[in-house]
Amino acid sequence: MGEVEEVKLLMTGLSPFAGRIIWALKLKGVEFESVEEDLTNKSDLLLQSNPVRQKIPVLIHNGKPVSESLVIMEYIDEVWNQTCPLLPADPHQRALTRFWAKFVDEKAFASMWSALQMRGKEGGEAALEEAHENLRILEKELEGKQFFGGESIGLVDVTFGSFAKLLDVLDEVMGSDKKMIDEDKFPLMGKWKEQLSELAVVKSCLPPVDKLAAAVQARRNESAAA
Amino acid sequence: MANNNNGDVKLIGAWPSPFVMRPRIAFNIKSVEYEFLEEQFGSKSDLLLKSNPVHKKIPVLLHNDKPICESNIIVEYIDEVWSAGPSILPSDAHDRAVARFWAAYVDEKWFPNVRGALNASSEEAKNAAVGQLKEGMALLEGAYEEINKGKDFFGGEKIGFIDISFGSMLAWLRALQVMLGGVKLLDEEKTPGLCKWAAKFSADPAVKDVLPETDKIIEFAKLLVAKNKSAAASS
Repeated sequence: MGEVEEVKLLMTGLSPFAGRIIWALKLKGVEFESVEEDLTNKSDLLLQSNPVRQKIPVLIHNGKPVSESLVIMEYIDEVWNQTCPLLPADPHQRALTRFWAKFVDEKAFASMWSALQMRGKEGGEAALEEAHENLRILEKELEGKQFFGGESIGLVDVTFGSFAKLLDVLDEVMGSDKKMIDEDKFPLMGKWKEQLSELAVVKSCLPPVDKLAAAVQARRNESAAA
Repeated sequence: MANNNNGDVKLIGAWPSPFVMRPRIAFNIKSVEYEFLEEQFGSKSDLLLKSNPVHKKIPVLLHNDKPICESNIIVEYIDEVWSAGPSILPSDAHDRAVARFWAAYVDEKWFPNVRGALNASSEEAKNAAVGQLKEGMALLEGAYEEINKGKDFFGGEKIGFIDISFGSMLAWLRALQVMLGGVKLLDEEKTPGLCKWAAKFSADPAVKDVLPETDKIIEFAKLLVAKNKSAAASS
């Protein structure tokens, strides 16, 4: 309070990884500047700030860059520690939180992304089954809880939530007859998504439907032309 | 092993695994005794399957029967619980972010190429993996020079999070160099800092009984590669 903080986020509008950081910053009430990157023509700022992996999101706090979305979220939680903790205080609960956040990224996200891209192609069924297996595991984690974080939103909710919201919009835009996170198959997750939608921060971070629709159309045109 | 103030501490693992080495080094740094429950090569114990049903992988820490999984997560847990001992993560939030970044880099970008080089079915694939490893070494050399503040370790004067994450790979790195016919990953000319660091790290009291001899890893690697080949052939 009273200190001039400069917080910049290098991002793209479509990235669920950047989406997480936006949710985290908004939950904490941090003022920040979004800098939209063109990934086909990366800015000097991006290349200087994340020379090793050259990816977004990158958080630049008072000139110091932080990369990798899970790392950024822990940083945000440590620096802006007065509001809305993303990680619990108890070490064992923290370890579990980190475990599930990692699971979301390495297993759930990766398998769902594959399943989406392989829809209607050879191996698509197997990819979908793998994605569903990971969703079943996450569904089980929600038993007896409102959010993955318990009674309030936490790191895992933010890690998965931004992606889940994007998926729903993607399903709509693509005219999928079955949602990836199908509420019939995964009722707890369905409730969880509804609860997320009620939160002010989520309402203010709606995925860019128009941009998504344009991106999906562009991909379709590419495959048609190939 | 009784650790009256530490509770019941068990670690499920196996000596060749670099991931298992991480919590072992962390425990040594904190002077915490633990019971090492070694898995048999080629099979998974009921305790492991019960304690880590999601991934079924080692290491798993059982602290008063509560399981903690994923090596870097276990190391952070150890640092937080046994906070009276020397710290493993740095105290500054930005430094912590840098440490976590490089630990993630080792696991997500660097280590898969170790697997790739070992299990490569063609010269091309092997060379590609080695190329990636060498690029990684150059990046890590740069990181070391930037982060060590002129001292011996990534963590400064004492071993820290990046040292443990990357240092745990040294036995396999050295084995790979031999197995690939003298390929230089630790290179006096290209990675002089890391060469010095590797020697210091390996000799550290918290590390020297945990990091296996290169020959033992080579022997084990041959078993592993054979197992992977036969698994691939029968699938």
